[in-house]
Amino acid sequence: MSKILVGLKRVVDYNVRVRVKPDGTGVVTDGVKMSINPFDEIALEEALRIKEKGGATEVIVVSIGPADTQQQLRTGLAMGADRAILVQADAAVEPLTAAKIFLKLIEKESPQIVLLGKQGIDDDNSQTGQMLAALWQRPQATFASKVELEGGKAKVTREVDAGLETIEVDLPAVFTTDLRLNEPRYVKLPDIMKAKKKPLDTMALASLGIDTAPQFKSVKFEAPATRQKGIMVKDVGELVAALKQKGLV
Amino acid sequence: MTKILIVAEHSGGKLNAATAKCVTCASSIPGAEIDIAVFAANAGDIATQAAALAGVKKVLKIENPANAEPLAAVLAPQVVAIAANYTHVFGPSTTYGKDLMPRVAALLGVGQLSDIMAVESAYKFRRPIYAGNAILTVEAPQDKKLVATVRAASFQAAATGGSAAIESATVNAELPTHTRFVTRSAAATGRPDLQTAPRVVSGGRALGSADNFKIIFSLADKLKAGVGASRAAVDSGYAANELQVGQTGKIISPELYVAVGISGAIQHLTGIKDARTIVAINKDSEAPIFEVADIGLVGDLFTVLPELEKALG
Repeated sequence: MSKILVGLKRVVDYNVRVRVKPDGTGVVTDGVKMSINPFDEIALEEALRIKEKGGATEVIVVSIGPADTQQQLRTGLAMGADRAILVQADAAVEPLTAAKIFLKLIEKESPQIVLLGKQGIDDDNSQTGQMLAALWQRPQATFASKVELEGGKAKVTREVDAGLETIEVDLPAVFTTDLRLNEPRYVKLPDIMKAKKKPLDTMALASLGIDTAPQFKSVKFEAPATRQKGIMVKDVGELVAALKQKGLV
Repeated sequence: MTKILIVAEHSGGKLNAATAKCVTCASSIPGAEIDIAVFAANAGDIATQAAALAGVKKVLKIENPANAEPLAAVLAPQVVAIAANYTHVFGPSTTYGKDLMPRVAALLGVGQLSDIMAVESAYKFRRPIYAGNAILTVEAPQDKKLVATVRAASFQAAATGGSAAIESATVNAELPTHTRFVTRSAAATGRPDLQTAPRVVSGGRALGSADNFKIIFSLADKLKAGVGASRAAVDSGYAANELQVGQTGKIISPELYVAVGISGAIQHLTGIKDARTIVAINKDSEAPIFEVADIGLVGDLFTVLPELEKALG
């Protein structure tokens, strides 16, 4: 039995224009569309492709969040995951806590691969996969754009600032996904029906026995300073004149 | 006493400019004492460059053949080993720092602060979230070591002219062998590096093909500029992935940013909002890029760009 654990985070949908609450205590999430973090969807797609090629026997999707997070896990099951685990937490957890939660599940499930998105598009932290790999004392291959499995090893191509970097890691290992790793499949209606029958276990965060107290205090949320709209020019001549005036050419 | 250790980023024997920006960030904490750690197979030249940064007290060289390539799993236990005497450990918010610093933090048993864009005090910082749609002020506990990454685009590079002491350090850490470097392919373009270039020309979906994208390179060469691209252009295969500018690509702050055929999705704007002057060329007068552009020109890029090149002489 070779398992893949995939993390799915429930976040404000990619297409929603996020707004800060007037009192500065957070961003507006009431009545806002929630979805699977796009990078996590890519992680799940990669896990499913590995399983379809015979590289794994079971894909388990995991989420940490409020009861409503079941919606995102059901979507994951409809995409093709075999079962789901919801660690129910009403307050947001910090990446280090998320890593500790995943470590608990790893101890229980003994996966060969843990696939996570490279960052959540809400907090933009980009930490959980790296932290999990550290606590698990296993390799990390972050920002993956290509994953090739061979025996007990994986060759992973990573998107780095300079271009592409390939590393080889022994399994088990943690991979975090970049945008161009794959294009996630669309969910078909019959799969949504089937997903309703797949197992979804819920456990309370408190039952895991880990310290979940946040380390950082969010003092204030603010809207970003906006750039002022500048001038419109009619043609290339005016453009060059404007650039010259600013001393830019 | 605030003692800050900055983990240097380098490649090809050169210190990455992001390191000098981390120094500026650290220097804005009153009374901070700043050291830089250079992990390399041969740290000589890099350490010399780090020691020249104004405001740095000491440069630590940690030389080991295992440090020839920046593997987070190999470097993290070494950073932890020398972090003991510091209150803060900073790294750049580049793919290098993002890969390494959370691993360091977890080994130290602490959380990490990502993307510092402004310093309020030694334990209070501002950082962007939701693709820069919100700015969060965060307070970190003073009784824990603070591990953080610094958003390079928010800080100027520290000046040179300093003369910090350079010391060799040996670290007592067991290094894993489960992670091995294979290869790196970096297109040697001969153009200014996108992340540090004072001028950048970027192309978007409107370019329509990789072949058409050459028109962007051509204008960039005329302006001696770096080249960037929107996610749409990269996803469509018009430009290489390392050229992507935006929330999930590179965050840049050039003096001049020329956005060509880029509509200006919020994720892209996140990557350029610290640019000094934004020029937008787009045939759709309703494109959101014009809301943030300092100079906007509505027109067909395939007509405008050749004219512009000619006008620039």
